[in-house]
Amino acid sequence: MRSPEPTPTESGQQPLIALVGNPNAGKTTLFNTLTGSFQKVGNYPGVTVEKVSGTLMLGSQAIECIDVPGLYSMVPVSEDERVAVEVIEGKLSGSRRPDLLVCVLDATNLERNLFFFSQLAEGGQSIVVALTMTDRLAQKGHQIDLAKMSNLLGVEIVPMVGHKDKGIQELKDAIERNLAHPRFPQFEIGFPDALETRVALLRERVARVGIDFTKADVRQALLDADHPFNRFLDDFPEMQEAFSQARAQLAVEGVHHYGIDVSTRYQWASVVQRAVDKEVSAAPKGRSLTDRIDVVLTHRVFGLLVFTALMYLVFQSIYTFAQPLMNGITACFDWLKSEIRPSLASVPVLQSLVVDGVIAGVGGMLVFLPQILILFFFVAMLEGTGYLARAAFLMDRLFGWCGLNGRAFIPLLSSYACAIPGIMAARVMPDPKSRLATILVAPLMSCSARLPVYLLLIGAFIQPRFGAIGAGIALFAMHLVGLVVAIPVVWVLNRKVLRGKRLPFLLELPPYQWPKWRDVWISMYFRAKIFVKTAGTIIVFMSILIWGLSYFPRLTPQSATQVKSEFVQSHPHGSADDIQNQLDQAQLANSVLGRFGKSIEPVFKPAGFDWRITTSILSAFPARETVVPSLGIIFSLGGDVEKKSSDLPKALRDATWPDGKPLFTPATAIGLMVFFALCAQCMATLATVKRETNSWKWAAFMFTYMTLLAYIGAVAVQQIAHLFGG
Amino acid sequence: MVLGGTVAMSFAGLKKGMLAKVTRINSSSHELDRLQEMGLTVGTTFKVVKVAPFGDPVEIDLRGYRLCLRKRETEEFEVEPVA
Repeated sequence: MRSPEPTPTESGQQPLIALVGNPNAGKTTLFNTLTGSFQKVGNYPGVTVEKVSGTLMLGSQAIECIDVPGLYSMVPVSEDERVAVEVIEGKLSGSRRPDLLVCVLDATNLERNLFFFSQLAEGGQSIVVALTMTDRLAQKGHQIDLAKMSNLLGVEIVPMVGHKDKGIQELKDAIERNLAHPRFPQFEIGFPDALETRVALLRERVARVGIDFTKADVRQALLDADHPFNRFLDDFPEMQEAFSQARAQLAVEGVHHYGIDVSTRYQWASVVQRAVDKEVSAAPKGRSLTDRIDVVLTHRVFGLLVFTALMYLVFQSIYTFAQPLMNGITACFDWLKSEIRPSLASVPVLQSLVVDGVIAGVGGMLVFLPQILILFFFVAMLEGTGYLARAAFLMDRLFGWCGLNGRAFIPLLSSYACAIPGIMAARVMPDPKSRLATILVAPLMSCSARLPVYLLLIGAFIQPRFGAIGAGIALFAMHLVGLVVAIPVVWVLNRKVLRGKRLPFLLELPPYQWPKWRDVWISMYFRAKIFVKTAGTIIVFMSILIWGLSYFPRLTPQSATQVKSEFVQSHPHGSADDIQNQLDQAQLANSVLGRFGKSIEPVFKPAGFDWRITTSILSAFPARETVVPSLGIIFSLGGDVEKKSSDLPKALRDATWPDGKPLFTPATAIGLMVFFALCAQCMATLATVKRETNSWKWAAFMFTYMTLLAYIGAVAVQQIAHLFGG
Repeated sequence: MVLGGTVAMSFAGLKKGMLAKVTRINSSSHELDRLQEMGLTVGTTFKVVKVAPFGDPVEIDLRGYRLCLRKRETEEFEVEPVA
């Protein structure tokens, strides 16, 4: 049967292809060019690896295309790599085997790329090679003999020129051809005969008991008794026996250890590389552009200066430049609230739900978008140019000693503006263990939402007693607390909590290049979309929940009238606003949240907090910035405290315990600030952690440890001050 | 340590600009498999391009590309300078 369309797969589904290759080989650029914005980003079950797939159009035929995370080896060392390998092999539950693998090979780095190809080829899947960076190779005066390479590997080779989309049509044609007429790699790596005969024999034997091992699987299991593949043999003692016998015989013949496997492959790769890589013109004299740039950018003085300047620019951009956009979003939502409020005035519950619950929740979520977009613009630029790897090289020593690595810098610095883009940026770290540790401490960095709390409390209690210098020191100290606490936290996490072996830090420094704008936009677009879709829904839902807890139950009309009349009696000159504020305070005190605040007052008493501070803290768990309006309501000033900014500090200073002692001492104020510095009062962060780690477990863990630390910190401040008579 | 006239050392002993060769890997633990898979197999010659400002990691040029690794995580690799 002759058909213009590729043969449909057995199940009648659309054909599936997978893009595979080394990191930095240009795989994602190629994926973006092939699929454009027809992409979906999700998660594989149980791991943090993102599932990126898209649709590739071959004429009228739609092909599903997966962008498999970059791999250096088909032998996985982490859970994330295991998933990537299983996606390629179609062994991951819920995934199907790709009909064709498009293997991306970097023409300028053929030896290492061919090592990977040699492993991939043993899976028995059909492959077509996309040879990238051919333009860069040509600049060096070299060229790849494509016919020869195709001959040596047994598959079709399509040369690509990344920046001009040259080769894309040819690659699409090749994909179409290979889907219809699959080609399988054919070459001999040249393993010792003694090894290969035994591998073939053992493979037959394990196949007979129903174990589906490739030749490579058998070889690895044979060369390395500790290899995880050996676990499949656990149920077959006679197989285990056969393997260990063969292993012993090989050892006698001098063939043992996994290193043999690797070095044989590299010998093969080196032979192929020398055979196909031809010098066609004289190489340009002198050092490469990358080396000349690196003379400055990784220099021990200038390199660090440029790094500091760049990071300052990134930080300022998310901290300062995002502000007008964030204000714009807030203004839009305030306008929306004021437009909708009157139309629902007849039903107060619905009015409050829509205005204070839904609109406030959606607005509170969308307000993070400017920071996310700006940070991911920088991350995509830094990563795309190759600078991110240099920054990691410069910073690794500073971060390495406590169990992180140089790549942690961007997520942690960004978290000083906002932990949400910071946590999302942790995906620049390929090692899952370091990445998780970075995510878990990122919210300890003092984000911009904590600033209003610091300013309020320092203005009310520190500045009057210790002057402007004292206030400055206090503000600086508050920004340092989280960082200082993060160090022992990472230390403990790495030793006690995060299991799995720590991988040696490996960092490739790719040549510098201009990123493609399409890659930058796609990266920004998908980060924003993922945040709104996954974290956003959780945030809005939680906002409504917390709204309900602080709204219900309402005072009965009788008690509301009583609150009003009592207030009017004691304050004959109170305005209508004052009466409303008093009523709001009474409503909050009467709500589930207020009652809960009162009931756990004894818990917070050692920190010097009464039920009013406690309730404000509780109401700030969805978003810490709401604590200032909450304090406003609970100290009967109304939620709109910014308009009368002098009143709240005064109200706080005048507040007393029932016995008349002042509620706030400087120690209470510092304790409250420390509490805010360390506490996980940000639902958006927790929702982002859930999305990025693909598990509620880590979000819950973060919430617990940070809240505990915050409580201990606040109590410690109060008790130490007490000891010194403060 | 002197073995048969050549000087065995680890990455920590190498200086910027040196040409060196991997002579031995004193470990069968899998943590170092990845380094071999990245091309740092026994017999591989590489050049030390740079040492990071704070003393670690080290940037090397091997098999036509640039790789950074930490001195203290590669102590099991025995290397020797090549003239």
